[in-house]
Amino acid sequence: MPLRLLKYGLSRDYPVSGDIPATPDLKPSYDVVIVGGGGHGLSCAHHLAKYHGISSVAVIEKGYLAGGNTARNTTTIRSNYITPEGIAFYKEGVELFETLSQELDFNVMFSQRGQLTLAHTEATLRSFHARAEMGKHLGTRTEVVDQKAVEELVPTLNMDYGGSLEILGGLWHADGGTARHDAVAWGYAAQASRRGVEIHQRTEVEGFEVVGDRVQAVKTNRGRIACGQVLIATGGMNYDVALMAGVELPIRCYPLQAMVTQPLKPWLHTLVSSVSLHTYLVQSSRGEVVIGGGSDPYQLYSTRSTLDMKEHLAGGAVHLFPFLQGVRLLRQWAGITDMTPDYSPIMGASPLANLWLDCGWGTWGFKATPVAGKRMAETIAKGCMPDILKPFALERFETFQLLNEMGATAASH
Amino acid sequence: MKLLICPMNGPRNIDEFQSFGPVRAEPDPDRTADADWSRHLFRAENRRGIVVEWWRHVPSNYFFLAERDLVTNEVIRTFDPSERRDQS
Repeated sequence: MPLRLLKYGLSRDYPVSGDIPATPDLKPSYDVVIVGGGGHGLSCAHHLAKYHGISSVAVIEKGYLAGGNTARNTTTIRSNYITPEGIAFYKEGVELFETLSQELDFNVMFSQRGQLTLAHTEATLRSFHARAEMGKHLGTRTEVVDQKAVEELVPTLNMDYGGSLEILGGLWHADGGTARHDAVAWGYAAQASRRGVEIHQRTEVEGFEVVGDRVQAVKTNRGRIACGQVLIATGGMNYDVALMAGVELPIRCYPLQAMVTQPLKPWLHTLVSSVSLHTYLVQSSRGEVVIGGGSDPYQLYSTRSTLDMKEHLAGGAVHLFPFLQGVRLLRQWAGITDMTPDYSPIMGASPLANLWLDCGWGTWGFKATPVAGKRMAETIAKGCMPDILKPFALERFETFQLLNEMGATAASH
Repeated sequence: MKLLICPMNGPRNIDEFQSFGPVRAEPDPDRTADADWSRHLFRAENRRGIVVEWWRHVPSNYFFLAERDLVTNEVIRTFDPSERRDQS
């Protein structure tokens, strides 16, 4: 064996430790218990440990790390929303993604390739103008583009001139992009672990011990944990978990379905969505075409796929890009989305003093993984919500100050 | 495609129907506080289990009720709204 290699084998850095340690034994108490080991919970843990000096943190996860909606989303990152409150929040989210690989010392494969949303009607185009002006006002790169510009951006698109789905123009969002969803969660988990955060996989919450207006302890299948603060960040399980603490959230659960094709050579260089077809496409760095997002039209807790939804998505995709007709589907799946009445998340305080919510992420949660974690960590550390989060508080439903993002989320964006 | 049995039209494809969500209590407009209005508008039954929901058969614009399991998606029965009034 060459001696030069042996030198590395004898070094103090060998063997190289894993990025994410195996699940340790539960301690009797932690300063912060984060329920949900997905992107949001891990991001919050990272921000608590790195920026607020709070490392007595347990992230508890029923299944395996980032195996819920973090694994199931279609990785869209953007800030072209409708309300000024929404745009300001998601803009910060996009900016955090721009430097995330450096922040995490882990390649999250952020690709800021821009998002093009298509208008097939004059009414859609008018709504795009309103979104573009609000976006520009708040400093995002969002503009309405005409047919010629659409053709230049995506030359392979079927413009359907003279047809019933003629593309009249689009909303071009140069800040839009994608990142590798698993890597985002793994990067946060690795950084948080390095600073003392414990990640407990296969650890399921069975209830909360509530005394007065405080959660005293979290009961799990592996034992009781006393807690200073608790965060709920459990995606499709948010309604059920909050209910265990006696908090009834204004959430209804719907499956959201998506699928990917076999890998193709690179041909689609932006994200493309169609408002009328309720279909969006993006080509992954592996070459697969990711096609989403079909929300089932009724409440359900099942992650089955349905033929009618896949037919619908395939129909939209083949209409926009007819040459996809012979391409095979590789995978299909669904996730449970926790939908709020106004299509905006619920972040911040709950009716209990030390229980915090990072809920109601519906179909729009992945893009907010860094910013929600950052701002929820700030909230937990200081015990109060920063201004940027206040509009998203649960109490907006009591004061009728809703943040309507329906026209800019889910399959409608 | 999934079939739903319409009480008026018989078994039809699910895409002919529109869901209007779980049935909720109808508040008395004269005696309802803001907090209860909020609850009525924004909270809906979402527990894992069987719900009674409003559905519409779109082509015939006929509204009816369905009992459905939110976990298995099994439709237990569908019935005309008059049956509900008879029960209450």
